[in-house]
Amino acid sequence: MIPSAFEYLRPTSLAEATRLLASNPDDAKILSGGHSLIPMMKLRLANPSVVIDIGRLGELRGIREEDGTIVLGANTTHYDAESSALLQQRCPLMAETAAAIGDVQVRNAGTIGGSIAHADPAADWPAAVLALDAQITLVNNSGSRTVGATDFFLELLTTAMESDEILTEIRVPANPVRTGSAYLKVAQPASGFALTGVAAQVTLGSDNTVEQVAVAVTGVDNTAFRASATENALRGQAATEAAIEQAANLATEGAESTDDIHASAEYRLHLTRVYTKRALLQAVQRAQA
Amino acid sequence: MKITTTVNGQIHENDVEPRMLLVHYLREALRLTGTHIGCETSLCGACTVLLNGVSIKSCTLLAVQADGADITTIEGLAENGTLDPTQEGFWEEHGLQCGFCTPGMIIASYQLLQRNTSPTDDDIRHALEGNLCRCTGYQHIVNAVQYAARKMRQAAGTS
Repeated sequence: MIPSAFEYLRPTSLAEATRLLASNPDDAKILSGGHSLIPMMKLRLANPSVVIDIGRLGELRGIREEDGTIVLGANTTHYDAESSALLQQRCPLMAETAAAIGDVQVRNAGTIGGSIAHADPAADWPAAVLALDAQITLVNNSGSRTVGATDFFLELLTTAMESDEILTEIRVPANPVRTGSAYLKVAQPASGFALTGVAAQVTLGSDNTVEQVAVAVTGVDNTAFRASATENALRGQAATEAAIEQAANLATEGAESTDDIHASAEYRLHLTRVYTKRALLQAVQRAQA
Repeated sequence: MKITTTVNGQIHENDVEPRMLLVHYLREALRLTGTHIGCETSLCGACTVLLNGVSIKSCTLLAVQADGADITTIEGLAENGTLDPTQEGFWEEHGLQCGFCTPGMIIASYQLLQRNTSPTDDDIRHALEGNLCRCTGYQHIVNAVQYAARKMRQAAGTS
């Protein structure tokens, strides 16, 4: 299918991009890697009259460390993230999540900024950034602000972004010691989207109790969510399989799912509890290593 | 909008609508019909080409995004009539039946071997997740890529 006609603009700086967006706030869409936007435009589910291509703004691409915080530019591709030695060592949950996205071709082109701004309910990045409570930088023509991931994903395909804002950076904390993580998903075999995707990160105390725990789920509800009941049940407990299983059974508390052509709601919720247990077990094993 | 691309070593200048997909640009503006359209939903990978050395699904890019880019399609893989090792592998190991997925499958395999000269069968299957085949059941495709990998290692003296 062919997208509706639109005006294509390619600004050569972030400042120019925000100016262009400010003059077209209601009917412009930002194009980064295009691997969320263009499929929607091909189905005519998105019909912007203006497309502002920021994909070549090199200043928005790259991964660096700043005082114990890892900063990812919005134009960083999933492949950049999965293959980044810095991410693999300092925040492996992000690298592992990136590696699970779609397929090689999608990872070569798609970007973290685009994925998060689009907030597909089955996208993988929202689970990881939620688990880490990433700080997300949004820029418009008047300035910039930062929103925490836990305040960012609001509703189906709806984030805290205003229509005149561009997502520029994502900041996550580098792992403390004795921290392990895992991103596990059940992928729909053709599209690669998550029927359920669970990001888990655990920091253990020296006595093997769970000091910090974060579990975030995607693919199930209309946005990714933190499995707070699981976290509350496991925090402060000894990191045993029994404790993990009990906590994992609470992963879907408060979550709602719907039947679709890929899976029933009941199956998704069941898978989520199973995969939460597996992700937590793996995170704990890695924390102990 | 006027765009300039280098495709299989040849420079092209074209005036395209912004909404023209890269796959339509290659097939219709440049008449390079080796790149196929299989699914319309970015799943099947039949449209896979190399853009600035990196494999992408040309159905999920606008032609205007490829302005200034260096593109290799299946037509550009063989040099002076000599098949690329990936193409030779698909021939020798019967890695195709109807051939519809094959151009994309070969480009995706080429990308894998650029990044990993000694893939395991699992590595190959994982790397080709973005390419669907309805005919072969994939085993001969895996064999074809292993053939190409061996041939490339031999040529590099690293076998």
